[in-house]
Amino acid sequence: METSEKNMTLDHADQIGEADTWRDKVKTLVRQNKLAAFAAVMILLIVFAAVFAPFVAPYDHLAQSLTDRLKDPGAEHWLGTDELGRDVLSRIIFGARISLTIGLVPTLISMSIGTVLGVCAGFYGGKVDFVIMRLADVMLAFPSLLLAMVVTYTMGGGLINIFIALSLINWAGTARVVRSQTLSLKEKEYVEAARSIGVKKWTIMRRHILPNCLPSLIVLFTLNIPSAILSEASLSFLGVGAQPPSASWGLMVVRGKKYLFSEPWLCIAPCVAIMIVVLAFNFLGDGLRDVLDPYLKEQ
Amino acid sequence: MLKKVAERILISIPVLIGVVLAIFIMLRIVPGDPATTMMGEHVNPAVIEKISREMGLDQPYYVQFFKYIANALHGDFGTSYRLNRGVTQIILEAFRNTVKLSLLAAVVAWIIGITAGIVAAIRQNRLLDRLFMGCALLGVSMPVFMTALVLQYVFAFKLEWFPVAGFDSFRAMVLPAIALGWNSAGSIARMTRSNLVEIMQDDYIRTARAKGLLESGVIIGHALKNAMLPVVTMMALQISSMLSGAVLTESVFGVPGIGRLAVNAIETRDMPLLQGTVVFTTVLIIIGNLTADLLYNVLDPRIREGA
Repeated sequence: METSEKNMTLDHADQIGEADTWRDKVKTLVRQNKLAAFAAVMILLIVFAAVFAPFVAPYDHLAQSLTDRLKDPGAEHWLGTDELGRDVLSRIIFGARISLTIGLVPTLISMSIGTVLGVCAGFYGGKVDFVIMRLADVMLAFPSLLLAMVVTYTMGGGLINIFIALSLINWAGTARVVRSQTLSLKEKEYVEAARSIGVKKWTIMRRHILPNCLPSLIVLFTLNIPSAILSEASLSFLGVGAQPPSASWGLMVVRGKKYLFSEPWLCIAPCVAIMIVVLAFNFLGDGLRDVLDPYLKEQ
Repeated sequence: MLKKVAERILISIPVLIGVVLAIFIMLRIVPGDPATTMMGEHVNPAVIEKISREMGLDQPYYVQFFKYIANALHGDFGTSYRLNRGVTQIILEAFRNTVKLSLLAAVVAWIIGITAGIVAAIRQNRLLDRLFMGCALLGVSMPVFMTALVLQYVFAFKLEWFPVAGFDSFRAMVLPAIALGWNSAGSIARMTRSNLVEIMQDDYIRTARAKGLLESGVIIGHALKNAMLPVVTMMALQISSMLSGAVLTESVFGVPGIGRLAVNAIETRDMPLLQGTVVFTTVLIIIGNLTADLLYNVLDPRIREGA
């Protein structure tokens, strides 16, 4: 009874300490790296626009108007219209939904796979480590875009299949980072102490190793999002990703490419949208890395 | 040292077999029969069966796999379904263009990246540093196809300095090389700068300055040599991203390289060609990674002696 009370108090103290630390870290981020803070605001705005796209977008992104086709940017259509008379700005706003979902969900899935495998490899060592790390070597040896192309060849194009492709192929980098952190964390005194009082291995991983990997994982997550967004855009650009009439930015670029010399905004506008989102996540990732995990920067 | 080289090569062999196996499995789980995919749905089943037999597709998967490995070791990656020619020959023809493109892009990346990195490090926290590092981040964040399209629009269409597409002359190669190299230049610039800034704080730099060396002598003779070590290995590691970028650049500029070959193989569902292309590029990347590792050993005496 006494022990459980003590544990509760300790847990409570930890939580308070953690809350303070995180708040401090956010303050440090805002104070030290204005660009990262600006990027965070930018990302929030893009997320807001994506979530409330039907209210934010001036037109329906799928509504065609053949009388309005290939209109120059102007007061009526800020970024002009495409070859089917669809408003480019509205399509870009709706396209943010696809890009952000592709950036967030497959990254989250692949990083979860990578984290579990990385912790297991680092903690158990021996054969488990060897097998997992050789698998990671195999995954890292592939040119990621070509591998994603092979997966979409196997399963067919479309956004759902890109989801699966990106979730399955991007875990290896995370596994390597988490493994190396686990290797150093498992030698810490508190892990030794937990082991010596008979705490189960799974509980040690969950309670002591994983929480300490969290800062690196947050930074990696932020930096992996833009590469997932770029992968989707590239696959759609090559015609093996999203299919029409989807408002995927990569697909908009490839369709606009036909009009590059007469209506350049058709492909430049979605390119700029991709660049802004990628840049914002890169700035935020860089800032978070400096504040949360200087070790990762050295790596 | 020799032991370390042998060790690294030995480790690469299972990875290589794993890569071929992974590709083999991925392409075999494609729904539908490969021969039907090649000939089309409405062809006589007897013809499809004959083709399957001729290509060995009726044999168990493990037999197909070992045959593939054995043939690949002899430089035979099979026959393209659509082009009815040896995959190795098709790949080698396209590879020539991809190598030219990648080498030129690497030169662009080195020149722009290293120069920008050095200038930014020397002018640390000043306007030039911020400007160059801003451009570097822009380079890293810009999709390769965006760089390619912007270059094509401005320099080929508006200014008419270079051809819009093609890869048959040096002039035609300039824009694809810049488009592909720009992205890597960003990473190289960022790495050169951060290494140089760190090294400029070291004791031996202070010593070099104290003995009266000019700042340029300190940078070129002492700092740069050490700062470039990780950069050199990064360049070898960038073969992977270069090859991924080459797929996009080739697509924009119509370069008949290995990337376009892969895209065409997917479009025409030509499995042997796609398999050969991916295996071939992955082998290149593994060799690149191996070279990076060994290069680091050769260049850095601390690692060499520790080995």
